[in-house]
Order: sequence, then C-alpha cells, then structure tokens
Amino acid sequence: MHINEILFWFLTALALFSAMMVVFSKNPVHSVLWLIMVFMAITGHYIIMNAQFLAIVNMIVYAGAIMVLFLFVIMFMNLNAESEPQKSKWMKFAAVLSGGSLMLILIAALKDNDGFISSMRGEGSIGLIKNLGKVLFTEYVVPFEISSILFLSAMVGAVVLAKKESSTIVS
Amino acid sequence: MPVIPINYYIFLSLALFTIGIVGVLTRRNAIIIFMCIELMLNAVNVLLVAFSKMHHVAAFATDRATTVGTEAQLFVFFIMVVAAAEVTVGLAIIVMLYRNIHSVDINFLNRLKH
Repeated sequence: MHINEILFWFLTALALFSAMMVVFSKNPVHSVLWLIMVFMAITGHYIIMNAQFLAIVNMIVYAGAIMVLFLFVIMFMNLNAESEPQKSKWMKFAAVLSGGSLMLILIAALKDNDGFISSMRGEGSIGLIKNLGKVLFTEYVVPFEISSILFLSAMVGAVVLAKKESSTIVS
Repeated sequence: MPVIPINYYIFLSLALFTIGIVGVLTRRNAIIIFMCIELMLNAVNVLLVAFSKMHHVAAFATDRATTVGTEAQLFVFFIMVVAAAEVTVGLAIIVMLYRNIHSVDINFLNRLKH
C-alpha cells in the first residue's frame, strides 16, 4: 500500500468519525471542536490532491476564522449539554432512515465511474498559488472584485442584524 | 504510481453530505444545524476539487503543460468566500434570535411572528 492510499483511508475515517461526532455529541462546544477535526481532515485531503492553495485557505478561513466565530457565539450564549433541546426517538430514527436512503440512492446513481486521481511527480501544478493567482487576477478579476462588495454588504447586514434597538443603546 | 479511484471521493463526499443532512434533521439547536450546513458545503467542495484533479490527470496524459481544472479550484475558492459572508450573516441572525426568544431551539421560532 502506497503512502497516499494509507493517508487517504486515515483521513477519510477521521473525517467520517468526526462528522458523526458533530451530529451526535450533546455538548455544542464539543460539536464545534469535532467540526474543526473534520475541516483538518478535509485539509489533508486537499493536500494529498495537491490543491495546496485550497488547503491553506480551508485551514485559515474555515478551521481558523469561521469555527472561532461559532465557538465565540456558543460561549456567548452559554449553551451546555443540560440545556440542549432533544428531538424524540422516532424523529431521530426517521431522520437517519431518510438520510440513509438518500445516500443509498445517490451511490446507486453515481457508482459507475472509471475516473481516477493519480499523483505522479511533476504533475498537478494547477493547485499551486502561482497558477491560481495568475488566473484569478486576469480572467476572474471581476468576480473577485464583486466578492468584495458581497463582503461589504454582509458586514453591514451583520451589524444591522446584531445591533440592539436604538432606544436600549441610549438607556 | 498510486491511483485513487474517483469513486472513493464520491462516496466520501456523499457520506459527509448525508451526515450533514441527518444532523439538520435530528438536531433542534440552530447553531448545530448551521454547522451541519457548513459540513454539507465542505463535502461539495471536496468533490469539486476531486473532479478538477481527475480532469487534470486525464488531460495531463496528452499535454504536459495543460492548466485544465484551474477553474474548478477557483470556483471552490469563491464558494469559500461566499460561505464566509454567509456565516457572518447567519450567526448575526442567530444572535438576534437568541436575544428575542432567549433560546436557540428552532421549535420556538414561531414566536417570532408576535
């Protein structure tokens, strides 16, 4: 077994186990920490696919920034395992059943593929910053600039939504 | 030369996506539901990168200077950008919700109409 395949199976097992722990752990803080593990495993997958730029961005943006934001909001709300609302057993059973049947149908529809991913030496420079940056700042510069407007509007929207009423600020 | 079939990545992505769906359906905490949506988004990102790599490997066999597959990775980058903006607004909505009904249980969301 080559090192890439060993890494693939290890990261897959880690991602799936951590994703299940996100769903099934009672404490929301533990869910966030397991979700960080999922993102670490996905970052590892990006690295063995030689998508190094996306691996770094995934690490910094998701595992770094977004998960800290989630953790901050959860700690701000003081949630813990005791106050955690639970659905009834039958609702959980129906949810797992419907999710499992969806996965079964999708696998049955998509299983006939003969594509593969190999990792020869010298190949796969598309995932490096040099190539991606060149394309991003020439062909895709307009969407890149538009995304800055998206960020500005998201920032304004977040501030407007999370701001308290003006009367309470004065008092 | 180690070869990983694209099927493995499809199954990994489908499993992660399904776990996300099960999480959305089983949990009542709005923040956990939001995290499961992030999980589904990342499952799709993994699949997109895997397909871009598969496409690149197929094109690389004939042309060694090809840059086929760059667009998919840029698309994943833009998905991450939009996801960051989405998380900001979504968490702001959840904070507003918590301030109004003092809970993040989605079964109490019907109180918002009063």
